[in-house]
Amino acid sequence: MSFINYSSREINCKIVYYGPGLCGKTTNLQHIYSKTNPELKGKMISLATETERTLFFDFLPLALGQIRGFKTRFHLYTVPGQVFYDASRKLILKGVDGVVFVADSQVERMEANIESLDNLRVNLAEQGYDIEKVSCVIQYNKRDLPNAAALDEMRKLLNPGGLSEFEASATTGLGVFETLKAVARGILHDLKQMSG
Amino acid sequence: MHDTQLVMYEEDFRKVLAVTQRLVKDANAKGIFVVDRNGQMISEAGEMRGIDTTSLASLTAGSVAATGGLAKIVGEEEFPVHFHQGQRDNLHITLIAGRIILVVIFDDRSSLGLVRLRVKKAGAQLAKIFEEIQKKAEQSQAQGSAGTPFAEITDEDIDNLFSV
Repeated sequence: MSFINYSSREINCKIVYYGPGLCGKTTNLQHIYSKTNPELKGKMISLATETERTLFFDFLPLALGQIRGFKTRFHLYTVPGQVFYDASRKLILKGVDGVVFVADSQVERMEANIESLDNLRVNLAEQGYDIEKVSCVIQYNKRDLPNAAALDEMRKLLNPGGLSEFEASATTGLGVFETLKAVARGILHDLKQMSG
Repeated sequence: MHDTQLVMYEEDFRKVLAVTQRLVKDANAKGIFVVDRNGQMISEAGEMRGIDTTSLASLTAGSVAATGGLAKIVGEEEFPVHFHQGQRDNLHITLIAGRIILVVIFDDRSSLGLVRLRVKKAGAQLAKIFEEIQKKAEQSQAQGSAGTPFAEITDEDIDNLFSV
């Protein structure tokens, strides 16, 4: 849950990038890190294996500016995507305000996408969250690859509920900031509704 | 059910800060940090200003979460105290009231025994303060907390945030 500090006039929110192994969650954060002004970002931390696979999480703090006199800070986390790291994924989801589900557009990864999305639903539900209620956006990543599945097909499988969705290519940066903006916007809307 | 949103007002913050500042002296510590279990830095005191506190908070929360996971596997509810010994500096981490993490950094000017003793008292004080904060948050959530600045956030405010 977001942390509102009236003393330092800050709002802190947590965004988690979720998705199957090698779908591009870390690449999303790396692109955001490389394109953000130094004064707006903190240090990016990657707890990864020797082969650069995420072991626990990546972390990137971002300060976006002020809203109603409060500094707005977003803490971006990724989860390890490989199936056997489920215990770690559950821990990282704790206290989440918004989720980006990064889907791998390659046809052969469609089952992995479905499995990971089901896993997200289960892990959110364990903490009392509903995927339809928590601020969640879907990113169809790797759209630039020749073996990318048709968008309609992916939508049918992964987004029947009509959540906000974006096409992306995290290696080139296409769609990365649009995705981040959408999830941040959703979180702030939730904050407004909770306060209303 | 998930956690209530953590809202900290000036008066609460001052109480927390007073406890952490006292603990720096009582425990002869280099630095004291109070971190939310979700990885948000709440308060800091001591001579370690200037270090990357955002990363410290996030990694502490990650470490406590991972150790909590281990505890459950072996049939424990939690391992509420962690101690990391370094060549110069040591880290003493305590989970308080299941929600707040108290981090003490100390060197050879202090000792593990002294830190443990002082943390026990400060931890009880922090637990009480955060219990009050939690009660306030639940009350205001039940009342809908109209009148907070966020009730008036407009789409334009949100768009402006991304125009920089």
